[in-house]
Amino acid sequence: MTPNMHNRLRPPHEAPTVKPPRFRYARPETLDEALHLLAEHGDEARVLAGGQSLIPLLNFRLARPEVLIDITMVEELRLMAVENGTLRIGAAVTQRTVERSEEAARACPLLTKALPFVGHLQNRTRGTVAGSIAHADPAAELPAVAAALDAVMVVRSSSVERTVPAGEFFFGPFTTALEPDEILVEVRFPSSGGARSSVVEISPRSGDFAIAGAAGLLLASPGGRTAECALALFGVGGAPQRLTEVEDHLKGRRVTSGLLDEAEEMTARTALADSEDIHADAAYRARVAGVLVRRAVEEMAA
Amino acid sequence: MRPVPRPADRITVSMSVNGGPVERTVDSRRLLADFLREDLGLTGTHLGCEHGVCGACTLLVDGRPVRSCIMLAVQADGCEVTTVEGITPREGLNPIQQAFKDHHGLQCGFCTPGFLMTLTGAEPSEYPDDESIRELLAGNLCRCTGYEGIVEAVRAAWGRDEREGRRP
Repeated sequence: MTPNMHNRLRPPHEAPTVKPPRFRYARPETLDEALHLLAEHGDEARVLAGGQSLIPLLNFRLARPEVLIDITMVEELRLMAVENGTLRIGAAVTQRTVERSEEAARACPLLTKALPFVGHLQNRTRGTVAGSIAHADPAAELPAVAAALDAVMVVRSSSVERTVPAGEFFFGPFTTALEPDEILVEVRFPSSGGARSSVVEISPRSGDFAIAGAAGLLLASPGGRTAECALALFGVGGAPQRLTEVEDHLKGRRVTSGLLDEAEEMTARTALADSEDIHADAAYRARVAGVLVRRAVEEMAA
Repeated sequence: MRPVPRPADRITVSMSVNGGPVERTVDSRRLLADFLREDLGLTGTHLGCEHGVCGACTLLVDGRPVRSCIMLAVQADGCEVTTVEGITPREGLNPIQQAFKDHHGLQCGFCTPGFLMTLTGAEPSEYPDDESIRELLAGNLCRCTGYEGIVEAVRAAWGRDEREGRRP
């Protein structure tokens, strides 16, 4: 029986073809209203922004929240600005808005480079930068970008505001430091000024979830040696991971093919690879992570 | 201060659909694609995967392409929605549709509304060559054409040299 036939056989008063489980929905217009609603409904509620991860979960009925609090009309959360060397992105700012912002590209070219890898155009129209970070999919680019840039998460509940550095925000797959009554209201990306940046990944199809990827920053000294360096992997383990050992190894040196070999080997050896799925096992991901770090560093040193 | 809005499982939405005003009370969980197809009878928007991967349900919200299978009807409240019905002339085809027809840009046609809406919402100057056109189209799946005809149709509709970017 085709879905259409099924609908025709149903009594007319019954709503046909429903995918998400039933929930109640509210669209507050101020942050206070949103926080009030979240304080009231806490565990039973989910915050909805672009919905590009949450609504598929609802369609599959993998998530069954009783209340959805849509924060996209909250004026305070629609802010994007560069202030004192920091790119501030409010929770309702879409990925597409940031992708097209010249101001964002000047302040954080790594973020601008990463965004075209995030889903497809149709997802980025609605998906938000903060939403992707709060969702913390292990294969997502933006959590790794936040880790590489040492971004700071601004988190609010109805009673407290706190900031959480990226290094302390991601716990594991889809798990972060956010409490049920908290909203990630803003992400602050420190401006990376004159540093070079790179995002490399492999995925089955452009725009699909990455099997493995690397995001990096590299600042060379006038003498051509690496002064500062940050490298983060995604898709390899349960959370984005900084490669501090590799970063330290690169600092103070010139990028040569010998050093690239070492960075590749060191990454493959030290990466916490525990993601396994139909596309690749953990050992493959670790090995590919090494190759991707090599490509990223090579690109940034060129 | 206005009262904090109460979460509700039925909500009245008003939006513009293909230029005409629409006001309906819908379940909060109603997907935008289902709202258009089932409640408004606009069946040009097709549903393939229903989880935001295949692109068949692509339409425009405030002029920008979105996946209507992972957007709620209540989220379109106050928006301008354009479906494939809204870009189709009363008689004949619009230039992008005609180019698809001329260049074998479709076979079974199931994915076609999604491709047409992605292209209608795209700014051609952002996609100056074949590689970027393919990147743009990566969010829509077609299992019939192998995409060559679709890329040719885009070139024709956007007035591009037909050999541009062709691999030797």
